[in-house]
Amino acid sequence: MNPHPPLLSPGYGSTLLRAPRQEPILLPHPLADLTGPALGEGPVAAADADLTAGPDGEAQGQRIVVHGQVRDADGRPVRDTLLEVWQANAAGRYRHRWDRHDAPLDPHFTGVGRALTDAQGRYRFVTVKPGAYPWGNHANAWRPAHIHFSVFGRAFTQRLVTQMYFPDDPLFAYDPIYNSVPEFARDRLVAGFDLSATVESWALGYRFDIVLAGTGATPMETP
Amino acid sequence: MSGPETPSQTVGPYLSIGLSWDEGPLVVPDDAPGAVWLRGEIRDGGGEVVQDALVETWQAGPDGEFHAPGFRGFGRCPTDDDGRYAIRTVKPGAVAGHAPRIDVTVFARGLLHRVMTRVYFADEPSANAADPVLAAVPAERRATLVAERTEDGYRFDITLQGPDETVFFAV
Repeated sequence: MNPHPPLLSPGYGSTLLRAPRQEPILLPHPLADLTGPALGEGPVAAADADLTAGPDGEAQGQRIVVHGQVRDADGRPVRDTLLEVWQANAAGRYRHRWDRHDAPLDPHFTGVGRALTDAQGRYRFVTVKPGAYPWGNHANAWRPAHIHFSVFGRAFTQRLVTQMYFPDDPLFAYDPIYNSVPEFARDRLVAGFDLSATVESWALGYRFDIVLAGTGATPMETP
Repeated sequence: MSGPETPSQTVGPYLSIGLSWDEGPLVVPDDAPGAVWLRGEIRDGGGEVVQDALVETWQAGPDGEFHAPGFRGFGRCPTDDDGRYAIRTVKPGAVAGHAPRIDVTVFARGLLHRVMTRVYFADEPSANAADPVLAAVPAERRATLVAERTEDGYRFDITLQGPDETVFFAV
């Protein structure tokens, strides 16, 4: 079963004029590119995984540790792959010129982080829990707290952008983006509270494992 | 296959804070032999430009090899206020039996999953005519996959929806 949301999900208004209406054309076997693009690890520093260490001071809000493992659909860890995250601050506001939400900007929080997975496919970010925020999709629309994730994987077929949510959010029932995902797969977007990842007197821990598509069983395209 | 795959979600309107890299659009240095700009704009089904999209490109080098030494092959550019993107790259070489092409992924607010298309080149008419992927595309829609030559490279516009909808592929 396909766990991805349909491109046309009318409850999420922006899909109405943006979702292609023609069926995608299946690339003839075996032409799907099985190699993967990468920006390379050069631009990623260890400090990029700590979103709380902002310019000239520490970010405000509830400190959290978000960690997990990236695997492929066959269960294999995906090592050395780039994760990029971005999020609203603890008050529910993005550091973006279009975000006009009447909530304070945190001068010490950019909301942007990067990390590479290790040899076991594991990653770890330190950040603050993002706030919920209103958006104009429908009456009294509020996004559940979430962190955007971008993952490269090791093949063109594995590239994924998704969002991580927090357990027991009362806004799930009202959010058309969360609910665009088929019901059986929605809980895959929700991190688990993880006491073993909490840090005494400092931060709460959450675990968010990510499973990418397979690389495809087709042979490599002959160069 | 029904694996435990993590579902996709939209990049949202603020993707540029997380996914913009200064060097992202620069697949090759500006003094690279054969460097060209691949430029275009993205429009929605209402004809409006899409100001919050991200284009990623993935391609072989001039010799037709993916992962050629010293060649990253990957470009990334958010659209600007006019819905435009620009990637500095080189035209890829032909991969045996196939016309030169650049794979393109588009992310945007309102796209709950990425969409994928391909750039072919108008100055490769014979290679294009023999390409098996283009052959699988209805003839009347093939033009949406072909970039036109411009002064400093190629132009490839993307239309997400409507009568001129770009052909997208499933992989």
